[in-house]
Amino acid sequence: MISLSLSDKVMIGTALLGGMSGVVGSFAVLRGRALVGDMLAHAALPGVCLAFLITGNRHLLGLSLGALASGLAAIAAVTVILRWTRTKEDAAIGIVLSTFFGAGVVLLSVVQKPSTGGNKAGLHAYLFGEPGGMLNSDVLLLAGVAVVVLAMVALFYKEFLVVCFDTDFAQSQGWPTLWLDLAMMAALAVVTIVGLPIVGVILMAAMIILPAATARFWTNRLSVMLLVSCGFGAAAGVLGTRLGRGYPAGAAIVLTASFLFLVSLLFAPQKGLVARLLVEYRLRRRIADEHLLRTLYELSEPQLPESPVIPLESVREYRHWNSLERVLERARDEELIEWGEEQVQLTPLGVHRAAQLTKAHRLWELYLMDYANIAPDHVDRDADDVEHMLPEALLVKLEEELAAEGRLPAVLAEVPESPHELSPET
Amino acid sequence: MSQTAFEVHDMTVAYHRRPVLWDIDLEIPEGKLVGIVGPNGAGKTTLIKAALGLVQLASGKVEIYGKSYEEQRHLIGYVPQRESVDWDFPVTVRDVVLMGTYGRLGWFRRPGKAELEIADRSLQHVGMGAFAKRQIRQLSGGQQQRVFLARALAQEAQIYFLDEPFAGVDAATESAIVELLEELRTSGKTVLVVHHDLQTVSDYFDYVILLNMRLIACGPVEETFTNENLQKTYGGRLTILDEAAEAIRRSKPLQ
Repeated sequence: MISLSLSDKVMIGTALLGGMSGVVGSFAVLRGRALVGDMLAHAALPGVCLAFLITGNRHLLGLSLGALASGLAAIAAVTVILRWTRTKEDAAIGIVLSTFFGAGVVLLSVVQKPSTGGNKAGLHAYLFGEPGGMLNSDVLLLAGVAVVVLAMVALFYKEFLVVCFDTDFAQSQGWPTLWLDLAMMAALAVVTIVGLPIVGVILMAAMIILPAATARFWTNRLSVMLLVSCGFGAAAGVLGTRLGRGYPAGAAIVLTASFLFLVSLLFAPQKGLVARLLVEYRLRRRIADEHLLRTLYELSEPQLPESPVIPLESVREYRHWNSLERVLERARDEELIEWGEEQVQLTPLGVHRAAQLTKAHRLWELYLMDYANIAPDHVDRDADDVEHMLPEALLVKLEEELAAEGRLPAVLAEVPESPHELSPET
Repeated sequence: MSQTAFEVHDMTVAYHRRPVLWDIDLEIPEGKLVGIVGPNGAGKTTLIKAALGLVQLASGKVEIYGKSYEEQRHLIGYVPQRESVDWDFPVTVRDVVLMGTYGRLGWFRRPGKAELEIADRSLQHVGMGAFAKRQIRQLSGGQQQRVFLARALAQEAQIYFLDEPFAGVDAATESAIVELLEELRTSGKTVLVVHHDLQTVSDYFDYVILLNMRLIACGPVEETFTNENLQKTYGGRLTILDEAAEAIRRSKPLQ
């Protein structure tokens, strides 16, 4: 059945649709309008059926105009409900979406009665999507819409950006925010509607939301997000039609998009789940390691520079530990401690490292208590950085204060810094 | 006498047919730091939004240097409330500050080298030069406020409207903002600031607008920021009255 040229057509068509869905979807998702796309898609169904009943054929253009008309009616209905009742936006969208969709299903059954005749099966594509029926003219229409939408975004990038981020500010600069907003909505509506016969009214929202939400994991710049989202959308279209042969194509495209989302959610750098868990795990491990060294330092402090043997019991009592043994193992592997038989001792390297840590920590405490309001920009930094980020004069002052309180780790100067000199004789 | 930077005539603003500002009449001379003070719901933010054309006037008019704001937009800098935007939006600090130059650029033109320089200079001005490439989500509240100020500086305006710039910021940012306000005044700019802390009004501002849906008073701080006017502004709210009395007591030695 499927000739090569048709499969090429389908691939080009779905790629175009995916790409432009990704772009307009990015703006919709960032503006919190993801559900508007869903509503538009569902609300298009009665319009499609009515257009078919009126025109008697299923040219994409006629059906799309019908879809557009009922989509606009749905937006108007939501606006009226919001303006005149106390219904919240999500509820209003839900009401309108399901009402229009219900009406659409009823109309569809009317269209499919034998008495109305004609291409009954054709309209079913609008429910679940069927790119296999794509005509040359359909591909041309998709390409035309894609060019217009992409040109619009390229042309108005700066204007869309400022309106999306801060509408009031944009308006104070004199931008016609209402019209720019409507332009974004119109692009969303048009893309949704031309996508309906390919993906279907039920799944079209996924094409709007998924590529944009996926792209958000990979970047912090809107310009990059638009490109990445466009790419993900196109890839979902191509891969979905390729891999999903023999299955409903719309569903296959959406599932591919979902898969890309899932992979990004798990493995994207920085924002992916795995990366975030890893960062958290490392942080916790480091904090535990530092706690151990500071605890040991503070327990050893009275006898320093002699490094005393400390019973593990007192380490356990000193603070709460989640897995003291593992922390001790790591410290031993780094040759910071000697550990055995329920007791533990800092090596000279350990004393040095622990003294550094304790000093930084105490300076930091003091700084936060007395001076933090001078430089709150720095509060989110690590305590370790304290010596690099504070002005020399302040550091000296802090050290003097610590020394006056008798809490300045004094051994630093006496402990050799190089690890090579220390090993055996401890 | 210097010229009038900002004036409002018989202005009434209503939301859903409920007036929030009644018959406001005021004039602010050029080069003043102006505190806009009043209880919650007094219409302070609305006054600013009306001045910028962000809400419709039910009646009356607003003039910036003698002309309507539509004609004078290029003279206006605006700092909205910090919470009014999504700080998870995918833009960098520099992107946000660049938005200040958009008004001058006009349709279709992209910010170029000159605009980048303005943005970076504005960021340095508020002590955020090192943060230009940061994603805005990574900023603290005080830093967010400074970014908004930098964006307003990049507007290179003549008259600035700041909506609660001191809300929820740290002490360092607060003093940085005060310093910035004074610099702006020195260079002849007019700055109107919605302000909540009565204690600091006489320290920070030289002009004050007392507002509670109606204009209670508008004038130089030493004449206008009086116990009597504050009582009229805040009505019978005891705790705030105490605060007001304290503010007056504190400000006395300055006069």
